[in-house]
Amino acid sequence: MTLVFYVFAVWAVASALLCISRSNALSSALWLVSTMFALAAIFVILQAEFIAIIQVLVYAGAVMVLFLFVIMLLNLEVVPHDWRRWRGWVIGIGLAGVLGALLVPLGVYTPARLAREVSTMPGTVDPHLVFPEGDAMAAANVAYGAVGSVAQPLFQAYLIPFEITSVLLLAAVIGAVVLAKRKL
Amino acid sequence: MLLGPSLALSAVLFVLGVAGVLIRRNAIVVFMCVELMLNAVNLSFVALARLHGVSGQIMVFFVMTVAAAEAAVGLAIILAIFRHTQSVDLANINLLKG
Repeated sequence: MTLVFYVFAVWAVASALLCISRSNALSSALWLVSTMFALAAIFVILQAEFIAIIQVLVYAGAVMVLFLFVIMLLNLEVVPHDWRRWRGWVIGIGLAGVLGALLVPLGVYTPARLAREVSTMPGTVDPHLVFPEGDAMAAANVAYGAVGSVAQPLFQAYLIPFEITSVLLLAAVIGAVVLAKRKL
Repeated sequence: MLLGPSLALSAVLFVLGVAGVLIRRNAIVVFMCVELMLNAVNLSFVALARLHGVSGQIMVFFVMTVAAAEAAVGLAIILAIFRHTQSVDLANINLLKG
């Protein structure tokens, strides 16, 4: 399982690198689709099967098709000045480097280390005391199934945010139509 | 548990997204890099949801909804800008520059 994870991790990082380095917007979009597929596979390894399927359907499917439609609609040729000048590069690489130096050390986190930081007790802490279920997703998947374990809290504890989401989507639909229309 | 490697991968993808936003000038590619950052954050939500319970996955669900709405509105704005200036180069969008 770990080996499979690392295969998909390398795939995701390589596709993301290609996505930000291709000067053709179309190949950028296709490499981004490849990154999203690799991430969906990683979600399956991390026991989020429903999220993985939604990732393929919504992200790699709907959102990226929208991007491809706009690229096709604008009929963009390879833009000659697609890259920023050296000042943008210095700022970009510098900021990304600082951010990376801050974030990548998260890689040493283990459940035990996380439990030590979450709990207020001094000294070493047993992760099973802080996270009572241990592998919470595996237990929920066994109890309710892959879809049920997401649906249970979504329609109970998170029902109101879920309903507000529909208002957000309606606003987005109306906004997109109003913005993209030539004449109202 | 793969918690550490997942968080590290999430960090690397997020940093790549930030770098892409800062070094590209094509508005559509910049937009795709924003999507890449959202995906990276989703990955850390999913990795932590394994330990803390299913709420993290609900957050991913909401992030995806917001990302879809944002993509629709953002691409409509890019279309409107393209009609106005005949390009999607971010350097041309400088009306608010003092």
